[in-house]
Amino acid sequence: MRLAVAVTAVAAITGFPAAMAAPAGNAARGEALYERCFACHSLENDRAGPRHCGLLGRRAGSVPGFDYSPAMRASGIVWNAATLDRFLAAPTAVVPGTSMGYAGIASAQERADLIAYLSAARCPA
Amino acid sequence: MSFLAFANGPLLPASRRGFLKSSGLLLSGTAVALLAGRESLAAGGNATEADARILNTALAAELEAVAAYQVGAESGLLQKPALDLAITFQGHHREHADVLAKTIEKLGGKPAAAKARYDFPTAKLKNQADVLRFAAALEKGAVSAYLGAVPVFANRDLAKAAASILGDEAMHWAILRQAVGEMPVPSAFVA
Ligand code: HEC
Repeated sequence: MRLAVAVTAVAAITGFPAAMAAPAGNAARGEALYERCFACHSLENDRAGPRHCGLLGRRAGSVPGFDYSPAMRASGIVWNAATLDRFLAAPTAVVPGTSMGYAGIASAQERADLIAYLSAARCPA
Repeated sequence: MSFLAFANGPLLPASRRGFLKSSGLLLSGTAVALLAGRESLAAGGNATEADARILNTALAAELEAVAAYQVGAESGLLQKPALDLAITFQGHHREHADVLAKTIEKLGGKPAAAKARYDFPTAKLKNQADVLRFAAALEKGAVSAYLGAVPVFANRDLAKAAASILGDEAMHWAILRQAVGEMPVPSAFVA
């Protein structure tokens, strides 16, 4: 209920309809949006959150050496465009008990852009 | 339906409102710590284990910011007055970290400790502007992180405390942008 109110409020402000079929992502825009994640994440290094290179295809909670919440480890999620879209919309609702205390990205377009950026993020060999 | 309760009743008990008004400490870090230690949390309130978890992630990020400013200050790349700014902002992050750690303890959690080592992209930071731009990016990220945390706290006092820190980070971000010649406040909203 609270979430629905928040999403609607943001949609009203930004002009994005709250529900939209998954739009095509733009990785360049995603890179700019990724600045929102930068307090906790980077592609290459574990920070307050785990590194993101090689994310797609990985099991949730599986970066070696990162101290995940039990909830993330046990989530059974494998990261792909669909699971990321759901998680990024409402992290704490999709993985209750996650330590990523972040309300989420309400705009489906912004999520698609972020996912396009993250999909291209390979780990250095 | 917390927003209905919010609309229908006073947010704080009268005794606490009196305390806040008379002390004038409303937005200081000390007040945040006091708030977090007072009735709502001490009496069980509605702060949850999840709240402590959110605070702990914020604490980890604050400790990293303290370390980042330390690297910047010791890089030899910052001259006064930029160096003074870095030291001042580092002090704020340290205060945030202290308040967060105390609050986590009050909630029965175990505060995250600073890491022995952080990886910063020091090879890419070649001059003062690079260091300030990197700091600005961290501050911008911190604004987004606290903005994202505000709505997910179960306890409204903690949401308010996060908003108080958010405001401080936003000031850092603006000043750092100004220092490298960028438009200090690039938009009407933060995201
Ligand atoms: C306040 C810090 C913080 C912010 C801001 C943040 N995250 Fe996270 N993120 C975390 C933490 C901590 C975890 C680990 C969660 C757990 O273990 O429950 C995490 C986990 C994740 C995961 C799962 C990774 C894995 O290895 O399973 C993804 C995906 C993710 N974050 C994406 C993002 C994106 C995209 C953003 C920006 C829109 C973002 N996060 C913003 C802290 C943050």
